[in-house]
Formats: sequence, structure tokens, C-alpha cells
Amino acid sequence: METTSGAEPAIPQVESLSRTHLAECYQCGKCTAGCPVAERMDIPPTRLIRLLQLGGGDSALRANSIWQCVSCQTCTTRCPKRVDCAAVMDALRQLAFERGLLPPAEQRTVLFQKAFLDNIRRHGRLNEIELIAAFKGAVFLRDRNLPFLFRDAGLAPQLAQRHKLHLVGEQARDRGVVARIFARATGANATNGGGR
Amino acid sequence: MNLGYYPGCALHGSSNDYEQSLRACLGALDVTLAEIDDWICCGATSAHSLNHKLAIALPARNLALAGRQGLDEMFAPCPMCSMQLLRAGQAMASDPLLRQEISAMVEAEVPNGTRVLNLIQVFQRVGLEKLKGAVKTPLKDLKPACYYGCLLVRPPSVVDFDDAEQPQSMETIVTALGAKPVAWGSKTECCGAGMTMAKTETVLELSGRILANAVAHGANCLVVACPMCHVNLDMKQGEAAAFLGTKFELPVYYLSDIVGMALGLSANQLGVDRHFVVVGGAN
Repeated sequence: METTSGAEPAIPQVESLSRTHLAECYQCGKCTAGCPVAERMDIPPTRLIRLLQLGGGDSALRANSIWQCVSCQTCTTRCPKRVDCAAVMDALRQLAFERGLLPPAEQRTVLFQKAFLDNIRRHGRLNEIELIAAFKGAVFLRDRNLPFLFRDAGLAPQLAQRHKLHLVGEQARDRGVVARIFARATGANATNGGGR
Repeated sequence: MNLGYYPGCALHGSSNDYEQSLRACLGALDVTLAEIDDWICCGATSAHSLNHKLAIALPARNLALAGRQGLDEMFAPCPMCSMQLLRAGQAMASDPLLRQEISAMVEAEVPNGTRVLNLIQVFQRVGLEKLKGAVKTPLKDLKPACYYGCLLVRPPSVVDFDDAEQPQSMETIVTALGAKPVAWGSKTECCGAGMTMAKTETVLELSGRILANAVAHGANCLVVACPMCHVNLDMKQGEAAAFLGTKFELPVYYLSDIVGMALGLSANQLGVDRHFVVVGGAN
């Protein structure tokens, strides 16, 4: 039933990345009942697992659910069958990102995660101002949304007043090793898996 | 007591009030912190969302650096960092080949069995009796809603700390300081975590619900042990209230603020005066 052209079937990869046996799920619905963002999802957790059981890996990878998930771990904690649903969400995100299967409406979340990793790759530690600038810039280039670009600008003076704004961010000393870790991790993830 | 210390990016960034607070408070309790030399970011949500290997390798590098310093345990005040460090350690503990691979990847031998402590565990290590004995200003007017959020207690298979649904460890500590914690319903609900920038509405809705629940149960402050929870519940409190069409004025304290205040430290020493919601609205 999987249709992703040319790519490996997603479901064995999801099972191996999440260390979860999807067939264990007996559809009790506890994961969805406890999920704080289920109502924002096109396919809530219980149905997403069912979809995977039935071989719908491609549809699962394209679901907006996986980008709504806030990784709160409630589903995993409450599953009576030890299905690590939060890890399944991670696995689906990783594969969707690798394969470039991102719902247009969820690009903003992905742009944030990419900007974050790119920041770490270069500095070893997070530089918040640069992250915000890179993220807002990337979103603006995509959807030309001016209000979003300046939405949090008013916070800057308030943060500065509280000595929470660092114009020069910290960096790790050995940034060479950080860059090499990223190169190895993204190489291991085939295509565009890292902060590129 | 001397503890290995992994501050993580937030505590050296805009959550530096948390670091100020825990350094002041733990200093008063004779706990010294040995910072991991040249630590790097744990990768946080971005790594575990986009790249499986990176989500293990980044925290593993820090485990290896701690090992080089002869530290077999470290205090990670951010539950996100804490969870990533624990996860990486556990993945490698059950898979020696993975440990070899990751050690090569991070160019340092990753040791087995490094313990990772959260802030509550550090206070437990100090001991309730010592805390009680050190109280100078009992917090008798404080009715805190102790907020654990997600990653301090979930998933139990990784963090193995307190009860995942009805944790009580923070209540035990604040009660020892003379405070009267309230019973409430949102102590382990999610605040929206790292989605503050990317999905602001989600954060405002989830954080707003938590604040409303704390108020409805008679709390006069929130207590947290996580920098992200603090950002969402304190800095975003005004926006969350507006999102729900209401108003809140609920100070949000780090657990180390509360302990520090009971030990007689001032708001200024603890950095409480740098929060967004200040008692009396004096911000």
C-alpha cells in the first residue's frame, strides 16, 4: 500500500527508529484522549498508529499531526501496550524531513527546527538573537508576512531591561568537533537530515 | 556537596535568571557546581524531531566530556537537556555497538552509567531535614501550584522520577519550607514547550489553561523547575491571558527561588526581580 516513490518503505524504518512494535496497539485511544493538541491534528495519534498498521506510511508522513505534536510524552506514558507513540512521531518527522514531505502549512515549524540546528552546528551553543533573526528571516522569505516578522520585536527591550538579551552569544571552544558531529550525523541520514 | 553541572543553552541565554537563582540558592546550601568544560547544546526538540543520530550524539558528547572530567553524575536544571542526556545514555547502555559508533562520532569515549539529576533531585540530595533547619523565613503566605510539566516525570521509562500522573516531590519540599501547596489539575499538563516561536498559538492556549487552572484552585503563585515552562508561563503570561480573554497576575517562581526565599535570600539575589510577572505588578 505504500506509494512513496523510490524511497524505502517507511513503516519498518518507523519501527526501527522508534523501537516500537506497531502491531501491539489495540486502539484503546488513551494516547488521543491525553494529547493536548489532538484537536489540532488531521489524524490524531490513535488513528495515525492504525494507519501505520494498515500500511499507510506515505499518508502518515504527510499528516499535519506530526508537526502539531509538542513531544509532551503523555501518549507514550499512558499506553497500556508500551507503544512509544511520541517516538513514532519523532520517527515520522525525521523521515518526512529527510524525504521533503512537509505540509505547506507546517513549514514554519520545520524552518524553526532547521534554524535551531544550523545555529548549534556553527556555534556549539544556542545564540538566541541569531536564531530568532534566522527563523523570522526564513519565514519572511517564504510567505512575506510582515506582522509575523515583527511580532515579538516588542519583547527585545523588555528582555534587555531584565538582562536577558545577549548581543554576543556564547560559543563552544571546540566548534570543529561540533561541525564534524553534524557532518557525520547528516551523512548517516542520507539526504538533508541535519541543520543544512 | 560538589556536583557536575550541565547548564544548557537556556540558562546561559534568556533564562539566566534561573541560573542566578540556583547558584544563589545552592550556594547557601553548600552545594558547589563543577561546570562541564566546553559543553555543547543537547540538540533539544530540533534534534529529536529532525535527526535521530544527532539527538543521541549531541548529548553523548556532553556525557563524554563529563567523563573526561572524572564526573559520573551531573545536574541538568533543564528537563529537556536532562531527558536528552538520559535517553542518549540509555540507548548506548543497551547497545555496546552504538556506544562505539557514537564515541567515534563525538571523538571521545562515552562512558556508561552517567547519572543525571534534575533540580528537585538535588534538593532531595541536600535532604529535607537540612532544608527545614536552614529556613529563616517560613513561606506561610505562599499557596503555590507546583507545576511539573512534561519532561521532569515523563516518560517514566526514561526519567524514572516521582509519579508520572500525580507527582508530589515539589509539594514535599515547599511544604517543608512552610508553604501550603494547592491541589490542582494541571500539574503535568504541557505548556507547549519549545513551540513558543514556531507555534505561538499552541503555547498561549496550553499555558493559558494551566494558569487558569492554578488560579481556579486558589494558588497565589506557580512553581516550576524548567526554563521553557518559565518562559511560557511568565514571559508569555500576558499574551496567554489575552488569548483566553482574561487577566492573570500569577508570579512564576523557579523551585530554587522558593527555597532561596525561605533561606532568607532576596528577590534581587535570586533574580526574581527579573521575571516578567512581579508580585504587586511592579514591572
